Amino acid sequence: MIPDEYLQTFVVECRELLEQMEEALLIVEQAAEDPEIINAIFRAAHTIKGSAGMFGIDAIVEFTHAAESVLDRVRSGDITMSSVLAALFIEVHDHLRELINHVAEGTQAGEETDHRGNNLIAQLEAHLGGTKEDRPGNPGEMPVVQEAKLEREQSGAVGTDHWHLSLRFGPEVFRNGMDPFSFVRCLCSLGSIVQLVTLIDAIPDAEHMDSETCYLGFEISFSSEADKLAIESIFNFVRSDCLIRILPPHSKASEYQRLIQALPEQEMRLGEILVKCGTLTPEELDSILRLQSEHGDDPQRPIGEVLVEQQMVSPPVVEAALEKQKQVKENKKNEANLIRVDAEKLDELINLVGELIIAGAGTNLIARRAGMADLMESTATLSRLVEEVRDSALALRMVQIGATFNRFQRVVRDVSKELGKDVDLVISGAETELDKTVVEKIGDPLTHLVRNSMDHGIEPAELRMVRGKPAKGTLMLNAYHDAGSIVIEVSDDGGGLNKEKILAKAIERGLVSEGAMLTDKEIYNLIFEAGFSTADAVSNLSGRGVGMDVVRRNIQALRGTVDLDSVEGQGSTVRIRLPLTLAIIDGFMVGVGNAAYVIPLDMVVECIELRAWAGDEGDGQYLNLRGEVLPYRRLRDHFDMQGEQVQRENVVVVGYGDHKAGLVVDKLMGEFQTVIKPLGKLFKGEKSIGGFTILGSGEVALIVDVPGLMGQIEHEREASEVALAAASK
Amino acid sequence: MANRNTKNQPSSRIVIVGELTIYTVLELKDNLLAGLSTNDELELDLSKVNEFDGAGLQLLVMIKKEAAMLGKVLSFTGHSPAVMELLDLSGLAGFFGDPLLIVRKPTQEGKSI
Repeated sequence: MIPDEYLQTFVVECRELLEQMEEALLIVEQAAEDPEIINAIFRAAHTIKGSAGMFGIDAIVEFTHAAESVLDRVRSGDITMSSVLAALFIEVHDHLRELINHVAEGTQAGEETDHRGNNLIAQLEAHLGGTKEDRPGNPGEMPVVQEAKLEREQSGAVGTDHWHLSLRFGPEVFRNGMDPFSFVRCLCSLGSIVQLVTLIDAIPDAEHMDSETCYLGFEISFSSEADKLAIESIFNFVRSDCLIRILPPHSKASEYQRLIQALPEQEMRLGEILVKCGTLTPEELDSILRLQSEHGDDPQRPIGEVLVEQQMVSPPVVEAALEKQKQVKENKKNEANLIRVDAEKLDELINLVGELIIAGAGTNLIARRAGMADLMESTATLSRLVEEVRDSALALRMVQIGATFNRFQRVVRDVSKELGKDVDLVISGAETELDKTVVEKIGDPLTHLVRNSMDHGIEPAELRMVRGKPAKGTLMLNAYHDAGSIVIEVSDDGGGLNKEKILAKAIERGLVSEGAMLTDKEIYNLIFEAGFSTADAVSNLSGRGVGMDVVRRNIQALRGTVDLDSVEGQGSTVRIRLPLTLAIIDGFMVGVGNAAYVIPLDMVVECIELRAWAGDEGDGQYLNLRGEVLPYRRLRDHFDMQGEQVQRENVVVVGYGDHKAGLVVDKLMGEFQTVIKPLGKLFKGEKSIGGFTILGSGEVALIVDVPGLMGQIEHEREASEVALAAASK
Repeated sequence: MANRNTKNQPSSRIVIVGELTIYTVLELKDNLLAGLSTNDELELDLSKVNEFDGAGLQLLVMIKKEAAMLGKVLSFTGHSPAVMELLDLSGLAGFFGDPLLIVRKPTQEGKSI
């Protein structure tokens, strides 16, 4: 089944809301209750219920309603949000997510799901029970107005997000065969009546009363997702001879003022009713009446003051309501500033920008060839603009990694419950931005790393105590930008890796030959080797390597690298390094023979002339760069280029992570905006080339994959070192 | 529709049977006012009311106000389900101030979208 686009929007929205809800729940579960967070949870549930209702997805409506009712009670302070309740709501959240998934896929929920849903509803209802109270009548007095408590009790929520309906029925209503109460019942089908006040003031004394004339009126505070038209249509039959005012939620104070003026009852009396309905807070009413008295002649005592004085409405409730209203309004404003754009459209834009860059480079070349100064100047301006367009187009695709990180709050919570370990997740660098496609693909490898760290890195509490660490383990997620790439770190303060065991394991698996000389880092990184992913690994690091090769493969598919640092007994850090974007980069073009190569500019540290500044120490492998040992490679040799060596060779010093290396080239050709085109499958084995690009002249330039090249250089060096070591033994 | 007026007790009592709606209020008004004028204490038995609408409610409000004005005691007793439902909806139960047996129908509870 292909869901229509509205349904898709619904699903997307619901998922977002659920994410917010989850985040809020996790906070609530940890910390003391914060009314705003509970409000956020409530709002999420409420909106999901409303939208689901619009689509007639009854299962979700029913389920969410149960949750919402409980949340409402929490919000009004009848129930406290304990960690038990929060945990229940996390289950509720999971169930909702599953229901939404069924909607998205157009499938029916299975029996098991239904069963779980009913179970949860029962649990929720258990929280509802027992606190309901009915107001006893007050036989002594004769109050003119009584509040009707219908449906749910909404005591705490001063209903600024409710509709307000003022109904005064015409005298002929009964004689026309209609009953005012049938309209009220009709209203219930559209939403729920929060408060209803029946106005009986208009009923005259016995002598003047005509029992067939209608004297009734209602003030109703009404909670509904229906639109105004739908509510109005209920009163279609009585429109002509009745006074019907419908004020939508969040109406302006002036509209209430007009309402009060339009209705036949006294202002004070009406104001009181409005406050009772929960439509207005005393403050609001106060300002309305004052506004009125400015226009009128006799100043009145603010009714709000009176009401608060008489303790009809407690000031904190009013404050809370006002505060809440303000926040809702702010949220609305923020929402209005965002536009939802199809990711495909963005991709298309980026593609076009890519083509634009290539075309621009062509124009540039022609201008230079023609030697027209004017044209060259204008193409320079043009390319600067194109560059800016490129940057902002790419920025559109950039998203903060925070949302991805926050998902791990839940993973950590669940895994720590599962394992019985107490683990804190510390997030930093959440505002670091990276490409959306990268963000989407990094989730799985990260989950794997986080689970691994918690499972095998962080020790059980007892062991931690023995080792003199706090019983509570810490897992850190960190992200930052570094040299044109983004670095994501997953670190734990656990036991770290055991070198000997890894090495023994690797030798046993035939990954390393016996007696090989490996640095600590190399040993640690062995766990990313495919051979390591066995379920029956050695106890201390059991599973440590499980699936790590998959993690590495995923990250390499994103043109990234992964490595691991570990200090035994103190913890380990897995560092993922990813390119910022996948599409366009600033490149540095160099020439070797007739061919052009592009090196990502972010990785270029400096350029020097080979003979003038850096001396070859003779073995053809290292340069002396101001006293620093710099491994280098001639690109001409590396790519096996034919042709004469040029007189003045240049060295491009590139840096990646902790590594530095020199690339010797014939010519330096300057900066170049590079649209990365992927290479065909045929070149998959070639590690030192990351892709190609089309130059303005139509020629093709290869893009040097610096990390790949450096890995290759290092690998070869190691191989020869090992051989050397073996030979000398 | 029928109503009976029994005067054999110190405080008299009127039983309203059948409808208390727009179709019967005209007649009932006179009956009730007559009942009120002849007694200091009047009890209206609503247990036999099977239909009750806004007009009926209005009538009860009027007679209650009238009784208060005349300084007489008027009470409603034995509210039938139909009466209870409307009183609940209107929120006027407190106005009448009669002891009620509150029965909530679970099905009506909070079904809303």
